[in-house]
Amino acid sequence: MSSPLIELKDVSRRFVKRLDLAAKVGNMLGAGMREEVVRAVDRVDLKVQEGEVVGLVGESGCGKSTLGRIVAGILTPSAGQVFYRGKPLGALHGKEARAAALAVQMIFQDPQASLNPRMRVKDIIGEAPLFHRLVAAATLDRYVDDTMRRVGLDPSLKRRYPHQFSGGQRQRIGIARALAVKPEFLVCDESVAALDVSIQAQVLNLFMKLREDFQLTYLFISHDLGVVRHLSDRVVIMYLGRVVEEGATDELFAKPNHPYTVALLAEIPRLDTRRRQFVPVKGEIPSPLDPPSGCHFHPRCPHAMPRCKVEAPALREIAPGRRSACHLNDS
Amino acid sequence: MTQAVPTLAVDDLKTVFETRAGAVKAVDGVSFTVTAGRVLGLVGESGSGKTVTGFSIMGLVDPPGRIASGHILFKGRDLVGLSEQEMRRLRGARIAMIFQDPMMTLNPVLRIETQMVETLQAHISIGQREAHERAREALGMVGIPSPEERLKAYPHQFSGGMRQRVAIAIALLHRPDLIIADEPTTALDVTIQGQILYEMQRVCRQIGTALIWITHDLSVVASLADEICVMYAGKIVEQGSVDMVLDRPAHPYTKGLIGSVPSRNRKGVPLAQIPGMTPSLLNLPTGCSFRLRCTRADAACVAPPEMTTLEAGRRVRCFHPVHEAAA
Ligand SMILES: Nc1ncnc2c1ncn2[C@@H]1O[C@H](COP(=O)(O)OP(=O)(O)OP(=O)(O)O)[C@@H](O)[C@H]1O
Ligand SMILES: Nc1ncnc2c1ncn2[C@@H]1O[C@H](COP(=O)(O)OP(=O)(O)O)[C@@H](O)[C@H]1O
Ligand code: SF4
Ligand code: SF4
Ligand SMILES: [Mg+2]
Ligand SMILES: [Mg+2]
Repeated sequence: MSSPLIELKDVSRRFVKRLDLAAKVGNMLGAGMREEVVRAVDRVDLKVQEGEVVGLVGESGCGKSTLGRIVAGILTPSAGQVFYRGKPLGALHGKEARAAALAVQMIFQDPQASLNPRMRVKDIIGEAPLFHRLVAAATLDRYVDDTMRRVGLDPSLKRRYPHQFSGGQRQRIGIARALAVKPEFLVCDESVAALDVSIQAQVLNLFMKLREDFQLTYLFISHDLGVVRHLSDRVVIMYLGRVVEEGATDELFAKPNHPYTVALLAEIPRLDTRRRQFVPVKGEIPSPLDPPSGCHFHPRCPHAMPRCKVEAPALREIAPGRRSACHLNDS
Repeated sequence: MTQAVPTLAVDDLKTVFETRAGAVKAVDGVSFTVTAGRVLGLVGESGSGKTVTGFSIMGLVDPPGRIASGHILFKGRDLVGLSEQEMRRLRGARIAMIFQDPMMTLNPVLRIETQMVETLQAHISIGQREAHERAREALGMVGIPSPEERLKAYPHQFSGGMRQRVAIAIALLHRPDLIIADEPTTALDVTIQGQILYEMQRVCRQIGTALIWITHDLSVVASLADEICVMYAGKIVEQGSVDMVLDRPAHPYTKGLIGSVPSRNRKGVPLAQIPGMTPSLLNLPTGCSFRLRCTRADAACVAPPEMTTLEAGRRVRCFHPVHEAAA
């Protein structure tokens, strides 16, 4: 097989966590909270092959967005390396570096916050391709029209500002802006989470159509397992900064291996479960500031053994193309 | 046939906001009932009027909004027209609301215990020690570990899921007859959502509370509710038991919503989608509000459809209801 489009090797990212407002109020009341270091992403290996759709799933704060931003080249890792078509990103220069940067584009959750409210839609979409000389100024207008049509926006609205559009349309503007630089790879971070179900279906269909039209590769970050299942070829499950399981979508959903994946799949509300007796996973999601020792999942795991408290399980291949990080697989 | 008085009977409720751009009919003729120990799911997309319905029942609609007409019978007594003082006596005691953001309920600078004791003492005369007991019991009931210690904490020392549990515990303090929960798990992770649905279901069964669960997520009501009301542009367009509505949706909008849920579609195949977008309430089409997005629309639909009974316990607002089963 040729080199993956993007590969992460042993990538970690730490943050110094500044105090939020609640903590500052707390400190005035004598709570004594200090700044701490978070390991948002902890020694992650990830390969995304050309043309693949990889779903990235996990609960809030587990490091999905951080990992996505590293993949998109917006954030540098504190340790480890990112490879673009087999070449380390840090070693690329000039034209090559610019091509790599344009090749991977990110689409965010909140279309409102990621679009400049004072720019007209035609400038939001046209700015980057003009700047990077992907299109000549003379043909820019037509290029913007074409790009808008591709995402299902009426080009006659191009002189409007973002606030004059609905949520679903704004998300399309964000997608058009990303497409305008002719990327190979889109990192979508909760890109449909803020949309109503009926509009969400429209945008998901658009992503699938664009994949076909432009042979795009995707990293699709979502907390919605139904969405991920529908869209992805392969799924990666994260828990507190680490990848705990990974595999082909159908196999992983049919036979989850890691106890966390099992719990997560059991909790998805489904249209066809009625008046269910909920039997929830116990315990809270631990703070990433102070993750549990050994296997991070051990305080919530129904199968935890003494070993799980002291030894972090390695992410190992358990079947071809299938990896899981659990001591139960060692026997 | 004698029937017990329902906990809540909303009858032709209309709530309007007078804005500079015109009168927004946020709730436009809504009727439903909930009985003790039952769960009603109120489902709809954003802006369809779910929250305003909840706020109207709670007497929390502020100007420029007002209840223009209709009745809200709580155990037979009409809440429309009650004085603020009378409303305050019911609110928090007999009727409680849980919001999407638990900080709507919680005060950031007070310890949990202080807030819970105050809530108790606002409605009943109860000593400090007994109030403390009741507060601890309520925290335990919603699954907060070591409730005695947690009573001493401030809201910021809790995670989002735990804050929501505390807000639920506060809502439960007086064992209300009715709880209105407005998207309380929408901002939470699935494992935490599962825990909270579990606690709510258990507690409501245990104390016989009637529950209105507001959400945009059909899958959540599927597993929790007994009955469903589907709202579109301020009106209920379909209501009935969960099984009837989800297995055999009669309104084209309900059918479209169910069809667009990814798990209902074959993997990788384009999702069924409802064309167009949710209309602005200031600019609704004449006749059926769903007309411009509806594949079944015809000339009849330029007149407004009334709510009609299809079979016992099942009503739909459509001239051409769907008859076949959901795919
Ligand atoms: N710029 C930053 N400074 C400090 N801490 C950060 C920063 N960005 C992220 N973190 C922390 O890193 C951890 C992972 O954050 P991240 O945003 O990647 O999570 P996520 O999985 O995307 O969560 P969500 O589902 O809520 O979006 C969290 O504990 C978060 O608070
Ligand atoms: N204070 C207000 N002033 C004017 N319009 C309002 C106000 N509050 C709500 N509305 C309008 O009422 C409609 C219903 O809102 P809401 O009940 O919050 O919807 P939902 O909870 O279903 O998302 C929306 O069109 C909204 O814009
Ligand atoms: S390593 Fe141990 S605690 Fe972690 S998931 Fe496996 S059994 Fe559970
Ligand atoms: S009344 Fe007509 S337009 Fe409205 S939902 Fe029924 S068929 Fe569609
Ligand atoms: Mg995120
Ligand atoms: Mg609402």
